Amino acid sequence: MTLLHLAVLAPFLMAIVVPFLYRYLRQIHTGWFVLLLPVLLFAYFIQFLPSVANGESIMETMPWVPSLGINFTVYVDGLGLLFALLITGIGALVVLYSIYYLSKKTEALNNFYVYLLMFMGAMLGVVLADNLIVLYVFWELTSLASSLLIGYWFHREKSRYGAQKSMLITVFGGFAMLAGFSLLYVMAGTFSIRELIAQADVIAGHALFLPAMLLVLLGAFTKSAQFPFHIWLPDAMEAPTPVSAYLHSATMVKAGIYLVARLTPVFAGGAEWFWIVSGFGLFTLIWGSYSAIKQTDLKSILAFSTVSQLGLIMCLLGIGSSAVHFGYGSPESELYLIATLTAVFHLINHATFKGCLFMVVGIVDHETGTRDIRKLGGLMTFMPVTFTLAVVGSLSMAGLPPFNGFLSKEMFFTAVLRAAQLDIFNMETWGLLFPVIAWVASVFTFIYSMILLFKTFTGKYQPEKLDKKPHEAPVGMLVSPVILGSLVIILGFFPNVLSHTLLKPAMVSILPMLLETIDHFGVHIYMWHGFNAELMMTIGVVAAGAVLYRVMFKGESIYERLRQTDPLNHIYDSALAGLIKGSIAITRVQMTGLLRDYFAYMSVFMILLLGYATYRYQALAIDMESVAPISTYVWILAIVFILSTLSVPFINHRLTAIIAVGVIGYLLALLFVVFRAPDLALTQLLVETVMVVLFLLCFYHLPELRKESFKPIFKWTNVIISVAVGAIVTLIAFGSLAAGHHLNFEPISTYFIENSYTLAGGKNMVNVILVDFRGLDTVLEVLVLAIAALGVVTMVKLRMTGREDV
Amino acid sequence: MRVNNVMLYTITRVVAFIILSFSIYLFFAGHHNPGGGFIGGLMTAAALLLLYLSFDLKTIKQIIPFNYTWMIAIGLLLSLGTGVTSMLLGYPFLTQFFDYFDLPFLGETELATAVLFDMGIYLTVVGITLLSILTIGEDR
Repeated sequence: MTLLHLAVLAPFLMAIVVPFLYRYLRQIHTGWFVLLLPVLLFAYFIQFLPSVANGESIMETMPWVPSLGINFTVYVDGLGLLFALLITGIGALVVLYSIYYLSKKTEALNNFYVYLLMFMGAMLGVVLADNLIVLYVFWELTSLASSLLIGYWFHREKSRYGAQKSMLITVFGGFAMLAGFSLLYVMAGTFSIRELIAQADVIAGHALFLPAMLLVLLGAFTKSAQFPFHIWLPDAMEAPTPVSAYLHSATMVKAGIYLVARLTPVFAGGAEWFWIVSGFGLFTLIWGSYSAIKQTDLKSILAFSTVSQLGLIMCLLGIGSSAVHFGYGSPESELYLIATLTAVFHLINHATFKGCLFMVVGIVDHETGTRDIRKLGGLMTFMPVTFTLAVVGSLSMAGLPPFNGFLSKEMFFTAVLRAAQLDIFNMETWGLLFPVIAWVASVFTFIYSMILLFKTFTGKYQPEKLDKKPHEAPVGMLVSPVILGSLVIILGFFPNVLSHTLLKPAMVSILPMLLETIDHFGVHIYMWHGFNAELMMTIGVVAAGAVLYRVMFKGESIYERLRQTDPLNHIYDSALAGLIKGSIAITRVQMTGLLRDYFAYMSVFMILLLGYATYRYQALAIDMESVAPISTYVWILAIVFILSTLSVPFINHRLTAIIAVGVIGYLLALLFVVFRAPDLALTQLLVETVMVVLFLLCFYHLPELRKESFKPIFKWTNVIISVAVGAIVTLIAFGSLAAGHHLNFEPISTYFIENSYTLAGGKNMVNVILVDFRGLDTVLEVLVLAIAALGVVTMVKLRMTGREDV
Repeated sequence: MRVNNVMLYTITRVVAFIILSFSIYLFFAGHHNPGGGFIGGLMTAAALLLLYLSFDLKTIKQIIPFNYTWMIAIGLLLSLGTGVTSMLLGYPFLTQFFDYFDLPFLGETELATAVLFDMGIYLTVVGITLLSILTIGEDR
């Protein structure tokens, strides 16, 4: 346990303390205590910056389950540090924001901060863990914490729905990911990401490579809300806004991005990885941006916008992976490194402007009581600071200068244009799709950014539709978005401040084999990059976006023409309902409640299993050599035996049936006599007598109403099943007889014959075996009988109805 | 009105004791000949059942005031007790011993702990048979 481990686990430890703080220090908002932790952690992680910037990495191991190769290894490199700083930094801002957002009088703050801290710790664990199993454990904890936070206002139906949806989808992906991790372990024999990367060529040549990759990507895509798993994110907007800002824009949804980036050295280089990651990313980009236009709820717009931006980052990671194909040192690979750089850069930018925008939306919601853009408008004059922040965030999101979104968007265009020139992975035919889709998606992005800005803050002020009189938010609430907004501007004007400290180390983590040896790889991002295709595309985006925005809001409202809900929601809902209906139907078909049916299942299963086993091992054999000669008595007895047994199912009267069964019992006793088993014959006679007496007693006690004579329902299936059971048992008996003869086992009875008098002093061998050699069996059998008798007494005397409180 | 079954009563009185004697014979014969605790117990139960069938339950209950539940418990304890005794002497559970003694009147006789074990079985079997049949029979 080092300080680094403690840093990862600190939020969990803090979460234990929170309820006590909430309970005993009610007059102070609990958030203030919580705020200390992310600030401390941020400061702690900042101090790793110099060493990580020099290309070093810190690794601390604590054994957890060493026998299975599972160790709690904390590994700090560029990528992990970047995420850790995002998590703690934005975490601190979100906690500060939530202090003013959530009232200490009306909200259950202990729940909120426990969940939030749990999430923060889990997220730190995900990004800093080197062991895949540890990563998985933290991964599922983020899913759990996220669900708890979405369902924070659990009395609302929609909150519960959203929490369940996100849980189902992300845990589904999490399980798939665990399967993928297990396959990786099968291939490489280790759970450590470091060692996996070292064995990347072994894994690439393995037959399980593709299944492992698909399963891991399934986990990443569900978490990062990629198409078609993005549907949980808009429903997750039922969470309190600080949660949406933190989890659903800046951190948790980037866990999938992190995973893809982290495992790029293991999987990348092939066409499958390139196409799946960039293809799904590209489609998510355009789907999310198109869906965002249709939304009327501010948070829904931002949710779909997050989906779209995550698709963009994913697409960039896919394009960046093509650099691996060319190998290190080649000029082509350096050409495609820009995509990875953009992904990392946009990751930071998106966290800043999206966090800022969510907080702005939270302020609007808080101060006006609604998030519906049809009710809002003209808030510019009431909320000048909020409006300014919205301008900064929206324009950055739309990709306009001088904000950081512009830089990452220009770099994105560069990446897709270069991707179009690729001549591998069938890109010569499909490559042109990349810039076209990217451009169209950017137009959509521009439109929804403008909707967000203008529909909320400009236009006509509609006081009659608002519950409250809007006014500027309190200063405390504005601090966090102001910090994020200034970061947007600072990163826009001085994009290179992070180049060497964060961007380059992160890139080295994503593509270590390409960059470890390159010294001259410099990260240079310029606001002005000349008149080139990218700039023309941006100008085109602005022009087309402005025209479309004008056209869309002319005349009849756009929201009445477009369906707001995502069609995939319908698929999810009907699939879930169908799953429940289907399981109920299946249960009903098979769980009939009739013992007769269950007995039929068991018999059929036994027939199939034994039949297959007999067939599989060719156990069918009839060996007449070992059969003793059959005497006339036995023939006669057997014929009477069979006839009386066959008669039982045809008897329509209970009394006759009981007597017939008794006859069979006595015949059995006769058989024992013929086969020289006097003890058995005696016992059988007496037991049969007692049984018939009991049967008659029960018959006497049958209720009046059911005293009619019954005819067994004759069903051909029953006949077939019973004949088959009889046949299979007979065949097995023949088979085992033949096998016993063939293998020539020596029976154990010779020992008893020789020793029963000398060792046990008895001449009746059966009795000696019962009381001496195998006395334990006898004791326990008598115990069984005693329990049965006491059971009879209990049932008859107590007459329980099943409702007693025993 | 009640039918006076003189024949049945008379024969039962004789036969029941013959069956009882036979059952005791079966019990003791078990070590060397067919028989033993289980069969003997069932036979004793059959003799008592005959009494119960011929006379009514109340009368027989007065004559044979056994508590069959106790009988089961004593039987089980006896069976297990012989096993535990061998453990106390340092042998495995349920080790049986036998030896030959010169007893007055009987001459040289074989005495075995297995008989005590069988006695437990006998008592339990009598107890459970009668307990279950009488419980069901008494139930109205």
